[in-house]
Amino acid sequence: MMKKEKKIKVKSYVSTSPDAQRWAEIDKLEQSLNKKKKKPRSMKFWRIFGNTTGQIVLSILAIIWIIPLIYLFVQSFRKEPGAWSPTFFPQTWTLDNYKRLFTETKFLRWYGNTLLIAIISCAITAIFVLAVAYAFSRIRFKARKPMMNIMLILGMFPGFMSMSAVYFLLKILLPNNYQSLLSLIIVYSAGAALSYYIAKGFFDTVPKSLDEAARIDGASRFRTFFKIILPLSKSIIIYTILISFISPWCDYIFVSFIMSGVPDTGMYTVSLGMYKWLEREQIQQYFTTFCAAAVIVATPITALFMWLQKYYVEGVTGGAVKG
Amino acid sequence: MDFEIYKYSAFKRFLIRVGRFFKGLGTGFVNFFINLGKLFVSLFVKLFAAIKSFGLNFVKGNILTKASYLIMGLSHFFRGQIVRGFIYLILEVGFICYMVFFGGNYLSMFFQNFFGGGNIGRVETSDFWNEELGIYDKLPGDNSFHIILYGILTLFVILFFIMTYFQVTKESYDLEQNTIIGKKPVNFKRDVNNLLDNKFHITLLSVPMIGLFMFTIVPLVTMILIAFTNYDANHEVPQHLFQWVGFDNFIDLFASNSDLGATFWRVLGWTLIWAVLATFTSYFFGMLLALLINKKGIKFKKLYRTMFVATIAVPQFVSLLIMSKMLDTGGGTLGSGGGVITQLIEQLFNYHLKFGLDINTTRICIVLVNMWIGVPYSMLMCSGILMNIPEDLYESARIDGASGVRRFFKITLPYMLFVTGPYLITQFIGNINNFNVIFLLSGGGPGDPLKYTDGAKGTDLLITWLYKLSLGTDRNYKLASVIGILVFVISAVFSLIVYNKSSAVKGEENFQ
Repeated sequence: MMKKEKKIKVKSYVSTSPDAQRWAEIDKLEQSLNKKKKKPRSMKFWRIFGNTTGQIVLSILAIIWIIPLIYLFVQSFRKEPGAWSPTFFPQTWTLDNYKRLFTETKFLRWYGNTLLIAIISCAITAIFVLAVAYAFSRIRFKARKPMMNIMLILGMFPGFMSMSAVYFLLKILLPNNYQSLLSLIIVYSAGAALSYYIAKGFFDTVPKSLDEAARIDGASRFRTFFKIILPLSKSIIIYTILISFISPWCDYIFVSFIMSGVPDTGMYTVSLGMYKWLEREQIQQYFTTFCAAAVIVATPITALFMWLQKYYVEGVTGGAVKG
Repeated sequence: MDFEIYKYSAFKRFLIRVGRFFKGLGTGFVNFFINLGKLFVSLFVKLFAAIKSFGLNFVKGNILTKASYLIMGLSHFFRGQIVRGFIYLILEVGFICYMVFFGGNYLSMFFQNFFGGGNIGRVETSDFWNEELGIYDKLPGDNSFHIILYGILTLFVILFFIMTYFQVTKESYDLEQNTIIGKKPVNFKRDVNNLLDNKFHITLLSVPMIGLFMFTIVPLVTMILIAFTNYDANHEVPQHLFQWVGFDNFIDLFASNSDLGATFWRVLGWTLIWAVLATFTSYFFGMLLALLINKKGIKFKKLYRTMFVATIAVPQFVSLLIMSKMLDTGGGTLGSGGGVITQLIEQLFNYHLKFGLDINTTRICIVLVNMWIGVPYSMLMCSGILMNIPEDLYESARIDGASGVRRFFKITLPYMLFVTGPYLITQFIGNINNFNVIFLLSGGGPGDPLKYTDGAKGTDLLITWLYKLSLGTDRNYKLASVIGILVFVISAVFSLIVYNKSSAVKGEENFQ
């Protein structure tokens, strides 16, 4: 804005017409105005000062924010054993931790378990959520409002509260392998319908006239859903899949409950297995291995999140923020 | 908006606003209960109407319709809807078998001592002398937990069956009427096609709802009922039976003179303080950060954003565990080493950080670490909304000579609070239930046996306490479910505020 004002050039009028005097006056006025605006020199100084301070503050904050992650990364290459090192960076660098991770521990197995659970449960969750959201958003049936209210109330109970009963239920349904990956898949995806709210918010914003046009053309609800609504809902589908794919990787509370007292550590997921490494008895031995494992787990998840960040923000703001 | 309020002084304005908020809250609650009342009334009216038509149809219907009151699906079978009639018949037979061979027994045990208290189940597991093997063996008795679980399941099954039964009788009568007029009955193929068209919602909802019913509703109702029993480590199933105790658990927990009561109030207090602190620090600093990053003239915006977002992209159990190890105290005294941050503070300030040893230090550390996770999250949220603030608002404020700080407090903050109000309360509820940050950082510790009992520790939230009560060494399921119910009540109160304030709920039909 400032630059534009500076560019206003004061033209000089060399005419001798009677208006010349008036023009000159106007010129003077304009010049004086421009002079007044010359004050910006100090404003410019403040602007630059502000920007530099902002830049510095931001850099410092960003470094503070990233330091723990860097610490994690460099510690995974530390050769010295033990939980604590006197220095931030390792004194000797090595790849042994990674080698050990894949040869001596069950990490690969846990990784496979988690991946399997994540893929299956995210497929189920996505189908459930989209189906429920579409039904509640578009179809008006008698039980709709009561069902939505009941689900709203159910969502307010802490999800963990019912775990003891779910545990017993799984024990009854799968008497031989209730502490298995199947149980975990059930736990992660059976209640998925409860998180329909954000997707419904999205479907609500898709114009209803699209549905109506398709229906008039003789398309069934089924066809309308698959051919018209779903292709328009890329962002919400990606958001739903992203969230449900990431959650088994990050979950500790449910898996620790389902797998409590399982002697065979091969059934664990990454979070549970790695948590055990940091317990008092194991930490001296496994800390650097933990760091290496953390790098391997976090890299794809972080990359995925960064890649799909846009959809994540859209999903969260679209669903939660409605004045 | 009204401008009346601006004739008062700033402090008075604030008071008036607070007053209005609580007044709004009050009317919100009243409205909620009025709506609840209306709901019940309409429910009863509908129920009455259903029973009335149930009776009338029986009286008016012919012999076939009357018979299908006894044998479901008979009317359908002889009036052209063969498959449908067959399905109804199977349903009825199945229901009767379920009740006779399974549900009835559990239901009777469930209700046996429901009022007045007493054992849940009849036979306790007992030892007996097994002569063949020459050892004491267990003679399995009833399992109280299974009785509650199956009792709930049976109650729901009965409810569903009654609903189907009413539906079938109504259909039978309608079929009779249709036959008299000469209308052709809908055949099975059409029924199936309808499931993809007019009744598509049944197809869409059935499977998710079965999942929800089996693994959320039934377990949840069971756990709610556990709050009215004395199920704990001393009454572990299947070795022992446990008993109905009414509201005793609630009374115990609220009693302020007992150790348990005192512990509960302390944990509740910290939970609320934590939720307020965590929500507002993250939100406020997140907004400031977003403003700073989006400021004109700042370079490398994308780089900064990526660096901040990295902390929330990394799975929490990794980032929080590494944080907790960086803060670890080592031995507990000055010079005993420990995590990098502890060592750094020791070298710089010669002060030993008592993370995990001193309750208040640990609490402060947890709030700070939570900012590490929460600020980027709010920053992501706020960035988008900040862009939407109309630029001309700032323009006119600038022309009027408002300084940057003033513009922030008079334009940015009110706008953001207005738009993100629901989000803020959702975050608040999320923080009340923030298991990860507390459990992975401090594990709830440090404990203080003088102040905390029953497994609770100094930084425990209600939710982490609930976890410890249902898993670890201090197993106490009855207490866990009482706490779960209380967490629900707290969340419900705050959700009601969102519910009443949010226009998204009221104007659902408006913006489609």
